[in-house]
Amino acid sequence: MDLTETTNNAKARSGRRKPPLAVFWTRLKMHKLALLGGVIVIMFVLVALFVNAIMPHDPFKQDLRQRLRGPSHEYILGRDDIGRCILSRIIYGARTSLSIAVSSIGIGLSVGVLLGALAGYYQRLDGIIMRLIDIMLAFPSMFLALAIVSALGPGLRNVIIAVGIYSIPTFCRVTRGAVLMVKENEYVEAARAIGAGDATIIFGHILPNCLAPIIVQTTLYIPAAIITAAGLSFLGLGVQSPIAEWGAMLGEGRVYLRVAPHVAIFPGLAIMIVVLGFNLFGDGLRDALDPRLK
Amino acid sequence: MREYIIRRLIQLIPVLIGVTIVSFSILYLAPGDPAAIIAGADATGEDIQRIRVDFGLDKPFVLQYFNYLSGAFTGELRSIRTKQPVLTEILPRFVNTIKLTVVSMVISIVMGIFIGVFSAVRQNSLVDYVGTVIAILGICTPVFWLGLLLILLFSVILGWLPAAGMNGLSHMILPSVTLAVASIAVIARMTKSSMLEVIRQEYVMVARAKGLTEFKVIFKHALRNALLPTVTVVGLRFGYLLGGAVLVESVFAWPGIGRLLVNAILARDFPVVQIGLMLVALTFVLVNLAVDLLYSYLNPRIRYWS
Repeated sequence: MDLTETTNNAKARSGRRKPPLAVFWTRLKMHKLALLGGVIVIMFVLVALFVNAIMPHDPFKQDLRQRLRGPSHEYILGRDDIGRCILSRIIYGARTSLSIAVSSIGIGLSVGVLLGALAGYYQRLDGIIMRLIDIMLAFPSMFLALAIVSALGPGLRNVIIAVGIYSIPTFCRVTRGAVLMVKENEYVEAARAIGAGDATIIFGHILPNCLAPIIVQTTLYIPAAIITAAGLSFLGLGVQSPIAEWGAMLGEGRVYLRVAPHVAIFPGLAIMIVVLGFNLFGDGLRDALDPRLK
Repeated sequence: MREYIIRRLIQLIPVLIGVTIVSFSILYLAPGDPAAIIAGADATGEDIQRIRVDFGLDKPFVLQYFNYLSGAFTGELRSIRTKQPVLTEILPRFVNTIKLTVVSMVISIVMGIFIGVFSAVRQNSLVDYVGTVIAILGICTPVFWLGLLLILLFSVILGWLPAAGMNGLSHMILPSVTLAVASIAVIARMTKSSMLEVIRQEYVMVARAKGLTEFKVIFKHALRNALLPTVTVVGLRFGYLLGGAVLVESVFAWPGIGRLLVNAILARDFPVVQIGLMLVALTFVLVNLAVDLLYSYLNPRIRYWS
């Protein structure tokens, strides 16, 4: 027997190759997780949109006689430190988080994709743009957001700006990589031969073919945006009272950890579930769109 | 190899300069007159003018930039809040943060690799299952919430560990574990997939055929090759550890630079914010470079053919 045969026999006998059933089961598990993620994402968006229909109580109404009450029949998740219904605030917080995520990703996409496309298409701009991106990346994520908030001050609008700016480098890199690959294709050359202008080529031909990685990146960045905004609010640098935001609720609730832990536990649980959903869904999306697996 | 290092260091210089400029410019990004911002809400016109002269804000931007940098070193640049030289405020706390970050990194590397290897070698076992769940949840759990939960469990309910401050080894446990969890998750996942790939290679079969113990096969041959992507991941995690440190320090009242920066921002203490940011960013850039170089050194393809 030659070496190849020996190898193959050894492989078969050692049982290292998975039986087809196991392979199928692993794939299905991955899909199920992505599906679960998708369900969570959809529910999150629906909750955020239909806040007024779902909330059991007014999220801003205070009742100081009932501060810090635990979960009860009427107030399912209890009340916070000034008597507001926690469940209603969590539901409203979904809207806050979604708005922050959408707005900041909007900033990140518009600036990041544009910069990335320019860097990928024009050689001369590539060097400068990537240097700028490197400088932005020199600040660890949270510190970049802190720096921006330190300049602009706390508040919802500045959190959106900070988180938006913090997402620009990644979108820029991803777009640039995709553009560099796509621009080698023949249809780009053909378009140029017809006399199409640069703008037409970039926006009409190249970018539409770069969508897959950009979409995946967006799905994976939304949870990062939500967590960063929550972190800033937790520190007191983000969303200010009385706006209901999960991180801010955690920040307010932490003082009462000993006496009323429910104030801090439930908002954090909400953050975790939503982030989990987006991560699972994003992972599944990335695997589905991965050209290598096709 | 040496030229590679020198080349990377030279490429670094514009970034380092850029970082100092950006950190310094923070004050100017703020809407309004910097002198008025420093002076505060109820300052008179005279106060503002005095501050403007004191801080040298009436001089050209470039001159101010150099004054700032030299002032930081000579001790002339002082915190607005405490009147101490900025570096006196910043450096001790920076060291505290480094301690926390390093301990967390060590924990996450050790636990992460251990869980990853186990999951790869004993697939579908209990450890694999638990490890996968930890890996998925670990990334999604906000650090500050996890910190609060751990305080609730270990300090409030069980009373085993202290919740705040930095007075001894026991004070280090909760903060560093909290910080490490997300990184354990990522490292474990990476190690597992990397190990799975490596185990299928033929040289592993050769090692087994040679009669080596399974332990040696896994740890001496397979792991060594599987660790390469893990080095990259560890480098990436350093940034998240630093960022997470800001939140963890706040939860556990750990006297580090994260907490200092947050308080300085709330107090509009710009010199501290500017120099603090600068220091953190510079450290981050240098550590990234070190990790890159380490990776280049370890990866035979780059070492021999660069």
